Amino acid sequence: MSLKESSEAIFSESPGKIALRSLRKDKRARISLAILGVIVFLSLTAPLYSHFIAHTDPFESTLDATIMVNGITTPVLEASTTGLGLGITPIGPTWNLSHYFIGADSQGRDVLARLFYGGRSTLFIGVSSGLLCLLLSLLIGIISGYYRGWVDAIFSRVLDIIWAFPVYLLAISLSVVLLTSGLSLGFIHLGPGSFALPIFIIGVVYVPYIARPIRAQVLALRENDFVRAAVGSGAKNSTIIFREILPNIIPSLMVFIPIIVALSMLTESALSFLSIGVQPPAASWGTIINDGLGLLYTRPMVGIAPGILIAFTAASLNLYGDAVRDALDPKSRARGD
Amino acid sequence: MHRRPLIIKAVLATTALLVSAIVGTNASLAADSAPLAPYDAKKAGGTVTLVAQAAAGTLDPKVNYTAQFWQLYQASYDGLLTFSYGTGATTFNVVPDLAEALPAVSNGGKTFTFKLRKGIKFSDGKPVTVADVKASFERIFKVSSPTAGSFYNGIVGADVCLKTPATCKLDKGVVVDAATNTVVINIIAPDDAILSKLAVPHAVINPASAPSKDAGTTIIPTTGAYMYKSYDPNKSLVMVRNPYFKEWNHNAQPQGYPDQIIFKFGITPTAQVTAVENNQANWAFDPIPADRLNEIGTKYASQVHINPLTAMWYLPMNVNLAPFNNVKARQAVNYAIDRANMVKIFGGTQLAAPVCSFLPPNFPGHVDYCGYTKGATPAKPAKAWAGPDLELAKKLVKESGTAGQAVGIVVSDDDVNKQMGVYLQSVLNSIGYKATVKPISGNIQFTYIQNTKNKVQISVTQWYQDYPAASDFLDVLLGCASFTPKSDSSINMAGYCNKALDVKMAKAKALGATDPVAANKMWGEIDQEVMADAPVAVAFTPKQLDFISSGTKNYLFSLQYKMFVSQLIVK
Repeated sequence: MSLKESSEAIFSESPGKIALRSLRKDKRARISLAILGVIVFLSLTAPLYSHFIAHTDPFESTLDATIMVNGITTPVLEASTTGLGLGITPIGPTWNLSHYFIGADSQGRDVLARLFYGGRSTLFIGVSSGLLCLLLSLLIGIISGYYRGWVDAIFSRVLDIIWAFPVYLLAISLSVVLLTSGLSLGFIHLGPGSFALPIFIIGVVYVPYIARPIRAQVLALRENDFVRAAVGSGAKNSTIIFREILPNIIPSLMVFIPIIVALSMLTESALSFLSIGVQPPAASWGTIINDGLGLLYTRPMVGIAPGILIAFTAASLNLYGDAVRDALDPKSRARGD
Repeated sequence: MHRRPLIIKAVLATTALLVSAIVGTNASLAADSAPLAPYDAKKAGGTVTLVAQAAAGTLDPKVNYTAQFWQLYQASYDGLLTFSYGTGATTFNVVPDLAEALPAVSNGGKTFTFKLRKGIKFSDGKPVTVADVKASFERIFKVSSPTAGSFYNGIVGADVCLKTPATCKLDKGVVVDAATNTVVINIIAPDDAILSKLAVPHAVINPASAPSKDAGTTIIPTTGAYMYKSYDPNKSLVMVRNPYFKEWNHNAQPQGYPDQIIFKFGITPTAQVTAVENNQANWAFDPIPADRLNEIGTKYASQVHINPLTAMWYLPMNVNLAPFNNVKARQAVNYAIDRANMVKIFGGTQLAAPVCSFLPPNFPGHVDYCGYTKGATPAKPAKAWAGPDLELAKKLVKESGTAGQAVGIVVSDDDVNKQMGVYLQSVLNSIGYKATVKPISGNIQFTYIQNTKNKVQISVTQWYQDYPAASDFLDVLLGCASFTPKSDSSINMAGYCNKALDVKMAKAKALGATDPVAANKMWGEIDQEVMADAPVAVAFTPKQLDFISSGTKNYLFSLQYKMFVSQLIVK
């Protein structure tokens, strides 16, 4: 697009529409959305796959199950018949979608079915905790930046305290404490196996990383003429925040969303890998990698497959985040990037 | 005792009568029995390298209660008595060590007179005296040895020592005479297992100058073939030859073959296997990872040694907490678990066998029976476990009125235990409960599940014999005295206390001192009566797999302490 065309577009359309149009044209956005779409679709259809295609319950141990492979009855967990006959090995990939497409885990469960279910958990926790983090960050950032003074001082120190801990150290500490006994805050009670716990933990640990830039942005906006004018005209604080401040922060939030969701998803996977995230028999990609850890020498696919899915999802989210950033950046549009 | 980190593998036998009872139940053990071959000085030399994921904590032989270090203590520390070197049932024999002979027994089985050998020195060059012997027994209480209250509480004066350990004096319990070099141990009542208890590492003789508290990483002088040169729990433990050691009883403390033994820590189990395969280490301590078993069983079969253990994996159920305060709920678990599946998780039938009875096979008092299998009841048991009965289990859960209740399963966080927990969760869910698994660090799980404050409903744990007497399982694990609410040292994890059975156990123990055969019959009955109440569900009995490098020779297995490290030949 030429500079002249670009300028005409800017004056004839709203910034939102321009950004959307730019995003639609961005190859990175289209590819990443396609990958994410496939992963989300497969995850959402996990129950259908398990019930109607694989005919299996991916949460039930089936150590003595057998299946027909090439007309031969084969145990899902095979005892070694060579040498000293040591060890039991789960069945490997059958490459047959109707049963154990990429093999079984140590409990005799269909790994592909668990991968799809794992995607639901990982994505649900990633998106939920990401949104929770954004919501908390938005609240803290706006209140802190708009009211300044002692309100800002208190919030900033709280953020400093959270920031002082490395993210994973804080997340692991909270998980270890909360996952054994659950969390009780007044009328809120979260059981040890509840998904709400990892959502809460991950949502909280990343707040300083989002709240601080938002606060800085609000502090700057607070000094702008249009905000001063609104204050001078006697507008209420809530009106100023919702009509003047918030609309100017939304573009930043839009850029943060895919990044924080990817970060949250990775953190969830890490915690689940360490057995302090999603609890068995529920599956997440992290728990499946953990299940596969003990099978690396014999059935590496159990650990590798969820790793690949995590990598693709995180890369797609980051790629999409880059595309959103560029689409919302007037300078890059003006450059014709 | 629990296996790791707080366990050991058995401490055994005692009297010749008891050993004969064991041998009588296990022809294969008897057939393999042999004394230790004479020492061949030409094969001595070199360094034995052992590898483990972690150290086993304190090096103090009176405090440490782990198989990992007890295995080393046999080559370094000595008591008045010890378990014999050799193979098979021979290793259950208690033989004189620092004592010249087995004790003279008098006073109706309550007094034991030993004569201390002369000329033995500690590794710091100081002679071993009867004063050291007395101080060592007092030190058991001063350092609050984990078995002070269970193994040695029968020594006269022990009751006061248990109450005030810091000032412990056993003037009447351990009477020594420097002039005659004699040691007299008085106990308050006959104890059929007392000689075994005197042969385990907690009863070894330390210098009287040894600290009155857990020595931790501080090295205490030894009397055996090896002494400790250095110990860094994050790095390694180094043992070298004791310059003052001269062999006095080949079966008790033989000269060792390697010049040096290095135990390296911080090596993952899979790296341990690779190190042994590549001859970078002589032996891997930790259980072989499940995905390496087939590999070593095929490519390295000649380097694999599998031996029976008198041990069990079991599920203690808290009889004082819902839903397992209902006997039908506990019986339901016993019927529901597929022991063959649990064996699969452990590594297959070569490494474990399903059992139902509390006393493991080849153990005094063991009776082949299973009250919780298809077609059997505790009143009409089958000979052996033949499969689960899920329908009956569901019926019992329904009858108990506990269906739908939440059940937390506490397991150690290593792979096998975690898999056991996940399997158990699936079973409990299938019979009507809402089960969750709580994997917690193996460093604390064993004590965590003992403390009633943690409200553990059901857990997965293991028990390996301390000595070959039924009381070490039934009395220790399910006796009323072993249940201490709100304590980390409440080994009766089920919280089971049956006063009538306690009385019967006391009778069996007393009978054992004079008629072990009749006593073992009584223990067999107690086993069945206990299991009718089902405070636990026994899953399987494991075997010991040792994987050694191709350059390592002279592998010998002790039923008491497992592989004899000092007898490995690497030159």
